[in-house]
Amino acid sequence: MKTRKYLLPAAVAGVLAISLSACGGGGGGGGTQSGGGDAAANLDGRGPITYVTGKDNAAVQQPTVDRWNAAHPDQKVTLKEQTDKADQQHDDLVQHFQSKDPGYDLVTVDVVWTAEFAAKGWLQPLKDKMAVDTSALLPATVKAATYNNTLFAVPVHSDGGMLYYRKDLVPTPPKTWDEMMSMCSIAKSNKIGCYAGQFQKYEGLTVNAAEAINTFGGKIVDDAGKSTVNSAEAKEGLGKLVEAYKDGNIPTEGITFQEEQGRQAFEDGKLLFLRNWPYVYNLAKTDGSSKVKDSFAVAPLPGKDGPGASSLGGHSAAVSVYSKYKATALDFAKFLTEDEQQKFFALKGSLAPVKANIYTDAEIVAQAPYMPTLLTSIQNAVPRPVTPFYPGVTKAVQDNAYSALKGEKSVDQAIADMQAAIDAAK
Amino acid sequence: MSTATATAARHADVPASRRVFDWAPARTYIQAAIILIWCLAPFYWMIVTAFRDVGYTFDPTFFFTHVTFDNFATVFDESRGNHFAQNLINSLIVAGITTIISLIVGVFAAYALARLRFSGKSLVLGFILGASMFPGVALITPLFQLFTNIGWFGTYQALIIPSISFSLPLAVYTLTSFFREMPWELEESARIDGCTQGQAFRKVILPLAAPATFTTAILTFIGAWNEFLIASQLSVDATKTVTVAIASFAGAQPHQEPYTAVMAAGTIVTIPLVILVLIFQRKIVAGLTAGAVK
Amino acid sequence: MSTEAPTPTSAKETLAGTHHMPGKESADRRQVTQGRWAYTLILPTLVLLGVVIVYPIINAIIMSFQKDSGLDPATGFFTEGGFAGFENYTHWLLQQCGSGPALGPCPPGTLGAQFWDAMSTTFFFTIVTVALETVLGFWMAVIMSRAFRGRALVRASVLVPWAIPTAVTAKLFFFMFAFEGIVNTLFGTQILWTGSEWPAKWAIIISDVWKTTPFMALLILAGLQLIPDEVYEAAKVDGASAWQRFTQITLPLVKPALMVAILFRTLDVLRMYDLPAIMTGGANNTTTLSILVVDQIRQGLNNASALSTITFIVIFLVAFIFVRFLGANAVDAATTGKK
Repeated sequence: MKTRKYLLPAAVAGVLAISLSACGGGGGGGGTQSGGGDAAANLDGRGPITYVTGKDNAAVQQPTVDRWNAAHPDQKVTLKEQTDKADQQHDDLVQHFQSKDPGYDLVTVDVVWTAEFAAKGWLQPLKDKMAVDTSALLPATVKAATYNNTLFAVPVHSDGGMLYYRKDLVPTPPKTWDEMMSMCSIAKSNKIGCYAGQFQKYEGLTVNAAEAINTFGGKIVDDAGKSTVNSAEAKEGLGKLVEAYKDGNIPTEGITFQEEQGRQAFEDGKLLFLRNWPYVYNLAKTDGSSKVKDSFAVAPLPGKDGPGASSLGGHSAAVSVYSKYKATALDFAKFLTEDEQQKFFALKGSLAPVKANIYTDAEIVAQAPYMPTLLTSIQNAVPRPVTPFYPGVTKAVQDNAYSALKGEKSVDQAIADMQAAIDAAK
Repeated sequence: MSTATATAARHADVPASRRVFDWAPARTYIQAAIILIWCLAPFYWMIVTAFRDVGYTFDPTFFFTHVTFDNFATVFDESRGNHFAQNLINSLIVAGITTIISLIVGVFAAYALARLRFSGKSLVLGFILGASMFPGVALITPLFQLFTNIGWFGTYQALIIPSISFSLPLAVYTLTSFFREMPWELEESARIDGCTQGQAFRKVILPLAAPATFTTAILTFIGAWNEFLIASQLSVDATKTVTVAIASFAGAQPHQEPYTAVMAAGTIVTIPLVILVLIFQRKIVAGLTAGAVK
Repeated sequence: MSTEAPTPTSAKETLAGTHHMPGKESADRRQVTQGRWAYTLILPTLVLLGVVIVYPIINAIIMSFQKDSGLDPATGFFTEGGFAGFENYTHWLLQQCGSGPALGPCPPGTLGAQFWDAMSTTFFFTIVTVALETVLGFWMAVIMSRAFRGRALVRASVLVPWAIPTAVTAKLFFFMFAFEGIVNTLFGTQILWTGSEWPAKWAIIISDVWKTTPFMALLILAGLQLIPDEVYEAAKVDGASAWQRFTQITLPLVKPALMVAILFRTLDVLRMYDLPAIMTGGANNTTTLSILVVDQIRQGLNNASALSTITFIVIFLVAFIFVRFLGANAVDAATTGKK
């Protein structure tokens, strides 16, 4: 049949024909991401709000909301749970902000999204009438929620890396990176791997590479968001990781590790040191398959000559500029940082508090002995780059750090490329 | 069923003087066994993991060890914010309606494309195919805005309509190709043999079309059942489907991957689906095909 | 339930269709009437596709000519980017980053630098998986079409991989291909499945072939079932060998179904996202075009629209080649088949 040759023009014509009708009503959603809502409106608004948060892992959010609702019957909070995946939570928030949804009053944002959402004009600046007293909060958590010298979110949970080590093989944990490397002979004589973190190419690698760079005095971006990673300090930091992988101090399979594979190897007794988050502690103590139940302990991350600079994890609560009841939303956000709630989150949900005094609370230390160590970690923590271009920056860091680890390019080249790629991400 | 008896009859026809061992059935069985192993081995591992104690998640023992039903309980545990029963119903509604509408609409279009002569046919075919060429991920933002504007956000139709348009191109193409291949002359000859038009359709065309339509229905249903992208952004708690629910399972601790619960949920959604298809296959398609042609 | 629904409607159509068929007078008028009738039948399909697919595509094309919003250094807020011309397209196709005097090749670690790699990776996956799936699918279909005890069991089992939601499959294989996972344990190997290029690619290919071969097998099986047994009997009587029967009867008769299956699988693999995204995160040269689109959506929607449009055009060309040169068009294949 001759008609075949009309396939191409056919589809184009069809597309165009429909477009006329489609565009008439829709108005096109493109290009209008900026602007945002009115940051001066509804500051005194009080009424029922919705609190949007990620999947409630340990069922701590609903009881908290219930407690608030009992005390504030005219300003009820409704909980809206998102999925457990950070990317999907991010995209869900973006969709709702783009359509100026007044139903998302108070949203939970990952520390690395704050700048992006703030720069898009979606978050209510927390100043003047909306100002929050942050003096009791851990400085790193406040810094991660601050963009352009303005606070845009209230820190609610924190998170930091710790060094898990085998206390049966290493009685005193290493204080510095070099000291830890020198202990790798112990691992060799026991025929186990020495050190691992998260080195697969994903967000975890950004966390680990940023820790190495920050620990040795490098800085990925400065306070104005300009790329500053091309420095001798950053090269030294990344170089330490690369060297460890080359020497075999980080086992070959380390390059495939996310959090869970590292935990598995450590629980199987196949690792001397592991950089991971606090969640490993309870699981390594209780998992049926764990072979290190009584033979591990935690220490702050090893640094250049003192504790290392952990990357900061965690979440903050931000008020949407589209909310009608901003006063209620802010009050509820402050309520989440009160001691009672912070303690409840820590005890029931293993969520790291944003206030120093909770970490040393006797009841909490009794249940989670790692808490004082975690406090040291978070006190020395450096937020990942606070920049509205975070997705591009994290990709620049991951891709180049991964290539350097695999020996596909030199550390100097990787750092230079990282700088160029961060600049290009804007 | 009918083919089975036919083959049996065929073998019976072979003269008894055959001396050598007939390898054909044995070869079939060996190959069928290989297919079974290939298709079921990863599924087996999924079930083993689904029944394994969460404390032994990474245990690579090949057999069932540390067996527990806890993971299945977790999947349905409302106190952990899981509403899996409701999610299953939602998926059934979305995938079911999608399949029915896609097939009705698709049969219309396929019949026209296969049996009628009209100008612009290639245009239409190109247009329909063009719909399967755009990266699905890029559809979400415009659809979200569209459905929010008309107040459909969080409704079933906001999930069903995109789902239909994803399944339609395949449905139309498969049905068209099968309709073209069907021996429509048989319908004519049946009528010459004295059947009414209705009888001719019921006794000749329907049985012939059944396997193809049924195959299209399975593919459509499973496709809609597995749809994730749209559902993850356009559903609310009340309309959440199973795929979204599975993605939102969380470990008891942050960073902990809930492998065992995900595998339990995967088992729960897969096994009924397979049983359903099996029943349909045996009762309906086999029943329809039984009277066919011969 | 789903199979019952369409039958009454198709009954009506059949009546209408045959009613028009036998007439010998005035081919022109018949064609006009048929045309009107045909478009009435096709209209619902076109409307449904128009709303959900065409609107976003047009939207994307318009957006792809807008610049992404940039940061106003004075306020720290984003401002609209304005008209971009073909800048977003050259960004991808020429892999150029920056603008004005700073325009230059994209440095490693940006999405722009990965465009052509992603393109070739996508095509590599497409060619290998579709080829494997076709061969395996055909084989499975032929076995399933034979009559033997337990055939229903095999048919149900073949459905299993296809029926498991992709998100679960990806997690399952990620878990199985871990360094200490079941695959390495079972085969006694120490392969870094997700840590180096070729094992990573093969892990993804194996997972995809496992998951989607049933799709091929089922469509081909349905095609096989359309062939009356008498045709084979006649060929046997004529002394045709099994191979001759396969190449001269089975293959040509199954071709329309086979082509539809291959066509749709190709379009699907060209848009593959979940498996590589979950299993490797795109590392070790396993980034596909769709992964690039998703990453870019998070960095800037207008530029992502340009990439979606490029992907759309590439897939369109592939489909066009299929239809034009391989006869994968449902109508044409059948028309030539019928002579």
